[in-house]
Amino acid sequence: MAAFLEVEGLSKHFGGLQAVKDLSFTVTEGEIVALIGPNGAGKTTAFALISGFLHPDAGQIRFRGRSIVGRAPHQVCALGIARTFQIVRPFPGLTVLQNVLVGALLRHPDVPTATARAEAVLDEVGLTAKRAQPASGLTLAERKRLELARALATEPTFLLLDEVMAGLNATETERFVELIRTINRGGITVLLIEHVMRAVMTVSRRVVVLNGGQLIAAGPPAQVANDPAVIEAYLGEEYVGAAED
Amino acid sequence: MKWAWLAVVALLLVLPAFLSSYVLSVFILIFFYAFLGQTWNLVGGYAGQLSLGHAAFLGIGAYTAAILARDAGITPWAGLFVGAALAATLGAVIGYLGFRFGLRGFYFALLTVAFAEIARIVVANLETTGGALGFYITFTGDPREFQFPDNRPHYYIALALMLLATGIMAWIERCRFGVYLAAIREDEGAGEALGVNSFKYKMLAIVVSAFLTGMGGTFYAFYYLSLQPNTVFGIPLSVDIVIRPIVGGAGTLLGPILGSFLLTPLAELSRAYFATGRWTGVHLIAYGALLIGVVLFLPHGLYPYLRRLVAWRPKD
Repeated sequence: MAAFLEVEGLSKHFGGLQAVKDLSFTVTEGEIVALIGPNGAGKTTAFALISGFLHPDAGQIRFRGRSIVGRAPHQVCALGIARTFQIVRPFPGLTVLQNVLVGALLRHPDVPTATARAEAVLDEVGLTAKRAQPASGLTLAERKRLELARALATEPTFLLLDEVMAGLNATETERFVELIRTINRGGITVLLIEHVMRAVMTVSRRVVVLNGGQLIAAGPPAQVANDPAVIEAYLGEEYVGAAED
Repeated sequence: MKWAWLAVVALLLVLPAFLSSYVLSVFILIFFYAFLGQTWNLVGGYAGQLSLGHAAFLGIGAYTAAILARDAGITPWAGLFVGAALAATLGAVIGYLGFRFGLRGFYFALLTVAFAEIARIVVANLETTGGALGFYITFTGDPREFQFPDNRPHYYIALALMLLATGIMAWIERCRFGVYLAAIREDEGAGEALGVNSFKYKMLAIVVSAFLTGMGGTFYAFYYLSLQPNTVFGIPLSVDIVIRPIVGGAGTLLGPILGSFLLTPLAELSRAYFATGRWTGVHLIAYGALLIGVVLFLPHGLYPYLRRLVAWRPKD
């Protein structure tokens, strides 16, 4: 059986900068996988490649056995892959409900039906009270929820979350982790980029670590956290071996 | 609310019985420019793609219907749709070039201006169109030839055009198409991530808009009975089309109508009072001043401002 997501030999450069280099990893259906690495490791580029916003120089991306390289973002979305943006991009002039409605219209072309779907998703992420507000008036935590709600409204089977917990306080982060777990239990496979390590360790079953555009480690969180290559990438060579205590 | 609108429409329907031919002609222009503003609004307002070349669509519609009537004996009532179809074709070409290659903002605006200018120069140099001298339609007053003995039928046709365009926009606002256009206007990339095929919907917007504007061309031709390339394809007409919805509120249903009720009488009055001597062109100064005022104080246009003024009204 083909893997849910297969990334194989993926490469992308911008001018002289090799953002992603020969990257290969897989995601199994039903998993929560975290993609981590220091700033500039190529995580967001990898997301952009999977979601069709960028096209790779080389390599292959297969979703449920089908190649998705060269497809436009809206086609990738229609296949069931939804993404959020690291720097949230709500439609500022539209209300919270209208924002989510845009996503819901993908599977429900009829506006009243899509509106009902959007209301349900807002309820799921806890934004119902803000439904009539313009998106520009939300707090950061609320915007992150809105970003997630819009993606969920497209009814994906695979969700790419780009730093949805960055900038949130401890309580908000905890609630978000719970939300991601609930979504995953509902049958959605999740790949997330995250810097908040506590969240990564608790929520993900597997971790894929990038550095300098390349994969340096992959495995369960506890194993990856003790991997010398990972410690070196994050803290520098002199800390390798010191992490045991 | 519905009753208030019906009352307004009813009032507009009986108005010609009480007004002089001159006042009626001002109303005709109010309706006609509201119609043009409404059709522009689909691309320029809802989809947020600044077209400054809409005169090209009007001009193609106008010349097509006029030439078909003269040379092929085809009634303008049918020529109207041929002209509209040709305008829509030009819209598709401009849209394809602009949207396929990702031209945005001013670059897209320049593309539309370029096409309008090309059309103007071509028409000014063709024999069938009468060249730079213009195209004159013989007055017959025959309704079968889209001509009428007085301007009351024009009043009703212009009113019908305005109501038709407004009805279409009201319907579009409520369907997926309208929501997607708003998403494209607000953030195209974010829309794509949510499954919005922005190329397809922008194309649809410009083709529908060009078609409707092209329909207006027939009205223009058989109302004025004379067509000059510099007027019909010129930048001033494009600006006239754009300025009303912008002042009234781009991307809102009532913006183009509000803008036209404000600006068209202003333009007509200043034209009438300052038509001769050294005061010619004063209406352009008034336009300019008004536009600066709107940009400074009401950047979203008049309609959103008025809506906030009456915000005590329960929201839908």
